[in-house]
Amino acid sequence: MSSEPLWNTARNAEQQKQRSPQYAVRPSFRPAVEQQSSAQIERKTAPAAKLSASNINFYYGSFQALHDISLDFATNRITALIGPSGCGKSTLLRSLNRMHETIRGARLQGTIRMDNEDILQHDVNVLRRRVGMVFQKSNPFPKSIFENISFGLRVNGMARRKDIPGLVERSLRKAALWDEVKDKLFQSAYGLSGGQQQRLCIARALAVDPEVLLLDEPCSALDPIATARIEELLFQLKDQCTIVIVTHNMQQAARVAESTAFFLMGKLIEFNETKIIYTTPKNKETEDYITGRFG
Amino acid sequence: MNVKKIVNFIMFGLTGLCTLLTVGILFFILAYMAWRGASSLSWSFFTQLPAPVGETGGGMANAIVGSGKVLLLATIIGIPIGFLGGVYLNEYAGPTMSFVIRYATDLLNGVPSIVIGIVVWGLVVHPMGHYSAFAGGIALGIMMIPISVRSTEEFLHAVPSSLREAAVALGASKWKAIVTVVIPAAMRGIITGTMLDFARVAGETAPLLFTALGNSFWSSGYNQPTATLPAMIFTYAISAYDDWHRQAWAAGFVLLALVLTINIVARLVVSRGIEMPRGNA
Repeated sequence: MSSEPLWNTARNAEQQKQRSPQYAVRPSFRPAVEQQSSAQIERKTAPAAKLSASNINFYYGSFQALHDISLDFATNRITALIGPSGCGKSTLLRSLNRMHETIRGARLQGTIRMDNEDILQHDVNVLRRRVGMVFQKSNPFPKSIFENISFGLRVNGMARRKDIPGLVERSLRKAALWDEVKDKLFQSAYGLSGGQQQRLCIARALAVDPEVLLLDEPCSALDPIATARIEELLFQLKDQCTIVIVTHNMQQAARVAESTAFFLMGKLIEFNETKIIYTTPKNKETEDYITGRFG
Repeated sequence: MNVKKIVNFIMFGLTGLCTLLTVGILFFILAYMAWRGASSLSWSFFTQLPAPVGETGGGMANAIVGSGKVLLLATIIGIPIGFLGGVYLNEYAGPTMSFVIRYATDLLNGVPSIVIGIVVWGLVVHPMGHYSAFAGGIALGIMMIPISVRSTEEFLHAVPSSLREAAVALGASKWKAIVTVVIPAAMRGIITGTMLDFARVAGETAPLLFTALGNSFWSSGYNQPTATLPAMIFTYAISAYDDWHRQAWAAGFVLLALVLTINIVARLVVSRGIEMPRGNA
């Protein structure tokens, strides 16, 4: 692999850091926060909601997967969605960036607002750039590591060609993957280990500077060490974006999330600060699930 | 030995024998064509025009070039249509639509090639008033379409949907995801399919007999009757001259070698495999 002095020098990386905010904040993509409705200001208990789902009913054909879900996702916090398989938590997650629209027969009722803007009225491609997603199985493209990371920048026309290398490095650093891959940027992403591939997918999602990051059981195929690295990463990322994570691993929810929502049979049973959910749940079903009596 | 065991043994032998026969036929054809064809083959076959009746020697240089021209046209006409149709079929069409398309494509594939020839004759040759390489290219191009549609679909289908999800989740439009991720991931297979498609129609004779027709001299451009190897084999094989028969054998051997080479190369391309993400293969 040829060395690429253009962006391997520290000076260049420094320049990139300075340059990046200008690219990161695209005014047209970020509506003013001041325009929040009175309804949201009234919610004094939690920090301002980045995403707010109200009265969501979701159907796969005639099967109702979600029943009247209303849930706020606080800005720059990690919210965990837990519950047994088939409880609708992944369905809710997918509807937050409208990935459900790729499924034939899926139908969503209700409203989802981001920064008080109805995402269902939003241009879907712009929405998905703003609300990134990491999937259960790592799914890097059959391309080089560099191409994987720069993909989002290119398809969204977000960066000039000469800026891309710096932004790729920045994203890989954010995902704590840079040191492991900097010498093989132009090799296939499939040469990486499972945990590295998943962090690559996180880096790829971060490259387009999302405001929200959705993670659908991102560690379910990883060993505990790789899992720990990703959890560590999530802690570092929450300064930059709002994170929603679906997990089957209740210890994971307890470790990473500030708020936890418990779902059962397509209904939101309980939503509160993680501490409260895990120590003094108000609902019997939550308690049974948390303590391992079922599920 | 009881009856069960005897029946078992006989059936084992019978099925094995038939398999041997199947493989054997291929090698028999290869060997026979090599024996009859190679002995009639000479350098002049590739460089000279057909000799006039009564003279010995000569070659089929014009038919080799003509085949190339007709196949090039066929590829230019058939592959883009088949490829994009395959993309639509796999990426856009709903369940009902894809059933209809698949069915229609298979029916088109089953249309006898001579019927396609006569249709092109009626629509192109007759109005133009003369045979041409152009008409031959259209006829073979039509024959390439259904195979191209199905092979494109097959290889796009093998691309895991998780890659499509990854692309659209990054803000790519559906078309952008298809162009930048899905098609490149399937590219090797699609190229293989195209090569096999090419090899498949390279030996087609019937549609060429009354579209490109053939002649025994150089044809310039695409607007004149043009000699092709398969049509030449047909014409020479049914003639009454021994020397022409030898030429037909040589032409058959060249055509077979060409088609086999393309097949082998195409399979080498695909045997390198489509890369799949770990755990998704």
